[in-house]
Amino acid sequence: MPSVTMKVNGKEVTAEVEPRTLLVEFLRQNLALTGTHVGCDTSQCGACVVLVDGNSVKSCTMLAMQADGDEVTTIEGLANGDLHPVQAAFKEHHGLQCGFCTPGMVMSAVDLLSKNAKPSESEIRHWLEGNFCRCTGYHNIVKAIQSAAERMSA
Amino acid sequence: MPDSGIGASVTRKEDKRFLTGRGRYTDDLNRPGQAIAYFLRSPVAHAVIKSIDTSAAEAAPGVVAVFTGKDMETDGVGSLPCGWVVKDKHGEPHKAPPHFPLVRDKVRYVGDHVAMVIAETLAQAKDAAELIEVDYDEQPPVIDAAGAMQGALLHDEAPSNLCYDWELGDEAAVDDALSKAAHVVKLDIVNNRLIPNAIEPRAAIAEFSPAHDSYELFSTSQNPHLLKLILCAFVLGIPETKLRVIAPDVGGGFGSKIYCYAEETACLWASKRLNGRPIKWTAERSESFLADAHGRDHLSSITLGVDADNKFTALKVLTTANLGAYLSNFATCIPTYLYATLLAGQYITPVIYCNVKAVFTSTAPVDAYRGAGRPEATYVVERIVEVAARQLGVDPAELRRKNFIQPDQFPYQTPVALTYDVGDYEPALDQALKMIDYSGFPQRRAESEARGKLRGIGFSAYIEACGIAPSAVVGALGAGVGLWESAQVRMKATGSVMVMTGSHAHGQGHETTFSQVVSDYLGIPYEHVEIVHGDTGQVPMAMGTYGSRSLAVGGSAIIKACDKIIEKGRKIAAHMLEADVGDVEFKDGNYTVSGTDRSKSIGEVAFAAYVPHDYPEGVEPGLDETAFYDPLNFTYPAGVHIAEVEIDPDTGVTTIVDWVAVDDFGKVINPMIVEGQVHGGIAQGVGQALLENCAYDENGQLMTGSYMDYTMPRADNLPSFKVDMTESPCTHNPLGVKGCGEAGAIAAPAALMNAITDALGQEIDMPASTEKVWRVCQSRRMAAE
Repeated sequence: MPSVTMKVNGKEVTAEVEPRTLLVEFLRQNLALTGTHVGCDTSQCGACVVLVDGNSVKSCTMLAMQADGDEVTTIEGLANGDLHPVQAAFKEHHGLQCGFCTPGMVMSAVDLLSKNAKPSESEIRHWLEGNFCRCTGYHNIVKAIQSAAERMSA
Repeated sequence: MPDSGIGASVTRKEDKRFLTGRGRYTDDLNRPGQAIAYFLRSPVAHAVIKSIDTSAAEAAPGVVAVFTGKDMETDGVGSLPCGWVVKDKHGEPHKAPPHFPLVRDKVRYVGDHVAMVIAETLAQAKDAAELIEVDYDEQPPVIDAAGAMQGALLHDEAPSNLCYDWELGDEAAVDDALSKAAHVVKLDIVNNRLIPNAIEPRAAIAEFSPAHDSYELFSTSQNPHLLKLILCAFVLGIPETKLRVIAPDVGGGFGSKIYCYAEETACLWASKRLNGRPIKWTAERSESFLADAHGRDHLSSITLGVDADNKFTALKVLTTANLGAYLSNFATCIPTYLYATLLAGQYITPVIYCNVKAVFTSTAPVDAYRGAGRPEATYVVERIVEVAARQLGVDPAELRRKNFIQPDQFPYQTPVALTYDVGDYEPALDQALKMIDYSGFPQRRAESEARGKLRGIGFSAYIEACGIAPSAVVGALGAGVGLWESAQVRMKATGSVMVMTGSHAHGQGHETTFSQVVSDYLGIPYEHVEIVHGDTGQVPMAMGTYGSRSLAVGGSAIIKACDKIIEKGRKIAAHMLEADVGDVEFKDGNYTVSGTDRSKSIGEVAFAAYVPHDYPEGVEPGLDETAFYDPLNFTYPAGVHIAEVEIDPDTGVTTIVDWVAVDDFGKVINPMIVEGQVHGGIAQGVGQALLENCAYDENGQLMTGSYMDYTMPRADNLPSFKVDMTESPCTHNPLGVKGCGEAGAIAAPAALMNAITDALGQEIDMPASTEKVWRVCQSRRMAAE
C-alpha cells in the first residue's frame, strides 16, 4: 500500500493507506479524530469539513493521498485548551443542538471569517449553503458567526 | 432574572464536547475484533423471491458470514411489532402483517432487507454483496395512497391493502349541520411525504458475550429502553436482564430514531450467531433515504360549515394515510389518535367527524416525524379556515378570533375526545399581529406589486397535544405500553447530585435544562448536577423521547424524585436539629426550624445519610430516590405563526420576508433553548411547505434518494425568525410546562402555504416548489394577456 504523510493539527503523521481511502476515513479511522463527521455520501451536508492548507474542504470528497504533504486542521485542533472565538460564539448564541453538523459548520465559519472578516447576514447564509443543519434552522448559527466576526475584528 | 435556575438562558453543558469534536456518537465507537455489516437491499418495489444464492459472496475475501431471512427464521427471530392496536370503525383490530428484519419470501419496497453480509471491512462487505444472486419474480408495485386499495395485494393478511378504516365523531350529526350551514367551504389537500434526515445517520454496534450469555447494543436511539423491551420481548425472546442498550450522543432524531429497525436487530442476532463477534453497522445516507421511517403522506378532503354570523358549525375530514410497506412501531396511531383528535384546533366547532383509511403501499414504512399527526391536523384546520376567510371575504385573523375557545371555557371538552386544560389564544394573535405590523401589510403589498412582485401573508393558529401521555387513556385507545416516565435522583455524600432520566436527549439540551430544574428545587449549585441518560444499564425502566414529552413528563418525574429526597432529608434534618419534623422547612437548599435561625444544608443532611452515626430511628441510610410520573392529561401548547412572502413571478422564487411566532408553552425553563427549538421546528415546516418532497416513480424507485434530489432547507432558504411567547401554565404538572419541540414544525406549513396561496390567489399543494409557483404565475400571466 502507498504511504501518505501530512501534518494534522500541527503533528506530522505518516501511514500506509489503500489508495481509495478518503481523507475523512483516514482522519476518523487511522487517527481516531472522530470529531469530523460523515452525514452523507454526495458531498452535500458538510459535516466533514476540515481545513486543508487553510481552506475549508469536504474531507469526504478528497482522497487521503491527495492531502499528501498538506497541513490539515480538524475541529480537535482548532484551539488549544480554550475555545476558538467561533466555537465560543456558537456556545454563547446556542448555535448548536445535537452537535453532529457542528464541527463542519464551525470549520466552514472559520474559513469564511478568514476570507471575509465582516460578512453580512446574506453572505453568511450563502456561504453556509454547503453545510446542513437539521436542528437550529440556522438562525442562531448566523447570529453566532456575526458575533464571532465582531469579536475577532475588535 | 436568575442566572442558572428556572427561567435563565443558561448556555449549555453539552456544548463543549460537541464544539471540540469530543462528542461520542455511535459511529465514533469501535469494539476490538469487530466486523462490519452491510445490507443487500431490494432493488425492486414488489417481488416474490424465487431464490437467493449467497455462495459466491460467502467465498469472497474478508467475508465472515452472509445471512438471509431463512437463517433468522431457523433461529425463531420474530417480527418487528407495531405497538398500538387501532380498532377500525367496526371494532376490529387493524391488519398486522408480519415485518421480519430480513425478508423471507417477498420484498415490498425498494430498500427492503434481502441479506446481511458481514466482513472484516465495509469495502469487502459491499463487494461481496454484489456477488449475491437473487431471482426476483416482480409483481406490480403499489405507489400512490389514492389507488392503493385497487392495487396488487402486498400482504395476504390485509385485503385491498387496507390496514384499517377508522372514524372519530358522529358523521350523521356533522352531515346534518353541514346541510344547514349558511356557507360550506371545501378543500382537497396533500400532506406530502417527508424523509426525516437527522444529520447523523442511524448506526449500531452489537456485541454478544458468550461468557455472560448477555448482549450489549450501542444504538442511535431516542428511547433505548423501549428498543430493549421490543428486542427482548417481541423479536429475540431473551430476558430483559440480558440486554443493555446504550444510546450515546445521538445526532438528531425527529422521530426517525424512535423505532426498532431491522438493522440493529440483525446485528444483535448475528453477534450471537458469530459467537460474540462485535458487529458494527452505519447507514450510508442513501440507506437513510431508502429505509428510515418516512413521515406524513396524507390525502384529505375537508368540508367546513359556517353560519351566517361566521361561526364554525361543523367540520368533516376524509383522509387516506399511506403507511408504507410494513407497520413501523407506532405507525397506526399517528394518523388516528395523534391526528383526528386535534381537528378542533383552537376553535369552537360543535361537531367534527373524521374518517381515516390507512393503506399499505410498496414504499418505505411511515411513522412519526416531528409533530406526528399534529402537523397534518393543523394543516387541515388552518388551511380550511384561511380558505373560508377568503370565500367569506373576512379578515383571516378576525375569523379566527371570532371562533377561538374563550379563556373562561377551560377546561374545554372538544368534540374529538380531548379535554384542553388551559389556554388563552387571543393574546398570542394580538402579539403576532403587532410583531408583523399587520396593519402595514396592504402598503407593503402595494410596494411589492409596484416592483412586479407578488406579496402574501398567511396565518397558522395551531394547537398540539404533547406531554404524551396518560397511560390509562392511551391504553384504552390501543397503546401497548404506558407512557409514564422515570427518574432517579441520587444525592452523593458530598452534596453533588446525579439524575438518571428516561428522557433521552439528541439535541434538546436536557443536561442543561434538567440541571437548572434540579438546582432550583434542591438549592444546590447548577454545576453540581450531573444528568445521566441513554443507558439501560444505569437508568431505571423508561419510555424515552418523542411527542415533546421530556420536560412535561420526564421533568415531572425528576420533580417527584426531588420531592422524595426533600421529604426524607426533612426527617434526617429534624433529628440533627432536635426538632419535630413538622417544624422543619426546606428552602433554597436549607432545612430550617420554623421561626429560628437553626438550619442544616441539604449537603450536610446528605453526608449524615451516608455516614449515619447519629441518625433518626426507622430511617434508612442513603439519599437516593426513584420516581415514576404518569401524566394526568396531555398538555396543549398553542400559538400563532404568521408568514409573509414575496414571490418573483418571473422565476417562481418564493422569498420569506418575515416570520413571527408567538407560542404558549406554559412555563419556560431556559428561553434560549426553547427559542432554538422553535427555530428548528419552523425550518422543518418551511422545508415541508417549500422544498422537501419524497417521490417514488411509477415503478416504486425512490427518485429523491439523495441530497442531490431531496431538497433540504439550507441557510439561504430561510430568514431570521421573530419569536415571542405568552404563558398560560399547564394546570396538571408540577412545573406548569407544556413542551416545545414540535411546535414550529406543526405551525409552519399552514402559515407558509396560506401566505403563498394568498400571494398567488390560487390553491397549490405542498411543496410550493419554484417550478410549481412559476407555472401558476405563467398561467395567470397568459390568462391576463
